[in-house]
Amino acid sequence: MKINDVILRTVVKGVIFIILTLGVYLFFSGHNAPGGGFIGGLVLGSGLVLLYITYDLETVHKKMPFDFKKVAGLGVLLATGSAIGSIFFDAPFLSQTDTYFTFPILGEKHLTTVTVFEAGVALTVIGTLVTIILSISEDE
Amino acid sequence: MESLMMILIGILVAVATYLVLSRNMIRIILGTALLSHAVHLLILTVGGLKKGDVPLLSQSEGPFTDALPQALILTAIVISFATTAFLLVLAYRTYKTNGSDDLQELRGMPDE
Amino acid sequence: MNNLLVLPLIIPIITAVVLVFLKDHIVLQRIISFITMLFVTVLSFILLNIVQTEGILRLDFSGWLPPFGILFVADSFAMILVLTASVVTTICLLYAFSTIGNRHEKMFFYPFVLFLIAGVNGSFLTGDIFNLFVCFEVMLLASYVLIALGGEKRQLRESLKYVLINVVASWMFLVALAFLYGTVKTLNMAHIAVRVAEAGQDPLLTTVSILFLIVFSLKAGLLLFFWLPGSYSVPPTVVQALFAALLTKVGIYALIRTFTLMFPLQQDVTHTIIGIMAGVTIIAGCMGALSGRDIYTIATYNVIIGVGFILIGLAVGTETAMTGAIYYLIHDMLAKALLFLLVGMMFYITGESVVKKMSGLIKNYPIFGWIFFIVMLALAGIPPLSGFVGKVLIGQGAIEAGSYILLALGFASSIIVLYSLLRIFLASFFGETTISLEDSKPIPKGAYWSFILFTISIVFVGMGAESLAVYVKDAAETLMNPSIYIDAILKG
Repeated sequence: MKINDVILRTVVKGVIFIILTLGVYLFFSGHNAPGGGFIGGLVLGSGLVLLYITYDLETVHKKMPFDFKKVAGLGVLLATGSAIGSIFFDAPFLSQTDTYFTFPILGEKHLTTVTVFEAGVALTVIGTLVTIILSISEDE
Repeated sequence: MESLMMILIGILVAVATYLVLSRNMIRIILGTALLSHAVHLLILTVGGLKKGDVPLLSQSEGPFTDALPQALILTAIVISFATTAFLLVLAYRTYKTNGSDDLQELRGMPDE
Repeated sequence: MNNLLVLPLIIPIITAVVLVFLKDHIVLQRIISFITMLFVTVLSFILLNIVQTEGILRLDFSGWLPPFGILFVADSFAMILVLTASVVTTICLLYAFSTIGNRHEKMFFYPFVLFLIAGVNGSFLTGDIFNLFVCFEVMLLASYVLIALGGEKRQLRESLKYVLINVVASWMFLVALAFLYGTVKTLNMAHIAVRVAEAGQDPLLTTVSILFLIVFSLKAGLLLFFWLPGSYSVPPTVVQALFAALLTKVGIYALIRTFTLMFPLQQDVTHTIIGIMAGVTIIAGCMGALSGRDIYTIATYNVIIGVGFILIGLAVGTETAMTGAIYYLIHDMLAKALLFLLVGMMFYITGESVVKKMSGLIKNYPIFGWIFFIVMLALAGIPPLSGFVGKVLIGQGAIEAGSYILLALGFASSIIVLYSLLRIFLASFFGETTISLEDSKPIPKGAYWSFILFTISIVFVGMGAESLAVYVKDAAETLMNPSIYIDAILKG
């Protein structure tokens, strides 16, 4: 079934970028301020769900041919991977590290392995959120 | 403030109990969601409401507020998010296959 | 610091996720999951031996020293249970390969079994009570999925109730945690023990401990087992066996930990309540087992009797009784898993679950029949099988402490267990065969192997009790003297 809702479609075309940008912003700001992987992932995930609601499943699937169960799996792998990586450096499990790097154009930046962990969390949240919504809506 | 919070928690638990004891599946799930909200507030209140500064050593001399309850609540929120989501999908499936969302009708026969 | 400690939790999780990507490669999924469980088993055996030589091990996550950070603690008790759980899961996987069916395997059956074992191992190993909650939830979420997997009418209906009850139980866990944190301001189990001892376990703390008792009783099926018979009879056989072997045992582990380490001071209140609950559980379980007409009901009520019997050991609380409880815990995990596999196989062969409608199975399946006979004897506690040592030691402890009622109840329950299983054995295995030799379905090879391996381990736990004694004695000693545990964590 195709819904032909002009207002929703027009609004979503503009709003979706704001939502996704906000999601990414929340994800990165999580390091020193409120935000982080879980909240960023939730916002990104709800943006995707909005896309699924506005356009139908097939259209979105054509442009984004991901299996969201696997996205969640990838997230868990990233998170556990960053946690278990410390074992190989003889540091306690879950240890994280950070350094300051100087990049050619960007200047000095603060890089941490926590970001990898948080990326895993975000992907897991996106994956589960979309999977849950899809598993309810798919069987019509 | 603490007593006000406790009253609020009490009301939430009372409402949630009422919802959980009803026969409709969606009401029960809403009830469990409310229950988890109530317990999150309880952890926050019992752990001590904000008394001092943000617990960052470089920024103030103290006394600091205990940050642990918030970490606990965040974890509990994530878990209750997962459980509630699963419960919703399960309830939907059960409704589809069993054709009823009334728990009285979902009792099942002992001899089937 | 010993990073090996986290592997029984993290390896199953990582493999489970890898298996998600291998959705369509069933053979590969089987091989990987089996190798993983084998590896975890070997690893936990090595860890158990390290604990013997080096004492209690601990791993502070990301280097936060206790009592501030989350930590994993391995003492003999935890490691024995991790080892037994891993052995049970490995053997159950063998059974699953030949019986679970393609549909389940494609629906992420193996990943969820691995998630379940990760949660179980995490619950045994953690030294932080909030982390215990989290591991419980990992285990429970996996169990929700496993119980509903397949999506039949009955399964969905029962799983909905199972999930709801566990959600409410988890809520009560959080309430208890909130009040505990409010009173003692710490979540590290060893640190809680110190703070409780300093405060002298006043009535408020005792109330909190009773809240924990209710929560863990719901999970363990101690008195609050009303949810258990319904939900344990709907999933596929392997899942039933895993649940019967692992889920209630995690609740029992939590009860033993809570009341030997954290709240051991008001024994005349808490342990009396546990004793009464254990007694009533045994009586109710016996009634259920006697009145049950189908094999599933009888088997599930046997689980409940087992729970009551182990907790007699905790209620009595002497070192002998505790040693017996640990022995019995090992035995119960192995024997209950085997019992459920056998019962499931009976249903698979005959398509019937009512005892009276089956007959003469032993003619067609002699080995199968005699294995059932052995597990029956083991559950009744007949030497030299695994149940005997535990029963004797718990009985000895009960005599030392003078709790004769519990003693009588415990040993009367053995007779009931024997009777209820003997009824299945006489009615279903002996007598005229209803199926002719040509018509009889063959039992899959993998299933036979799992039966045989379980039987070997049951006989080993019984005959080789002496060789296990080193570990079990050490575990009981740590449980009886919480200061060993506390010193290992807070000093050093």
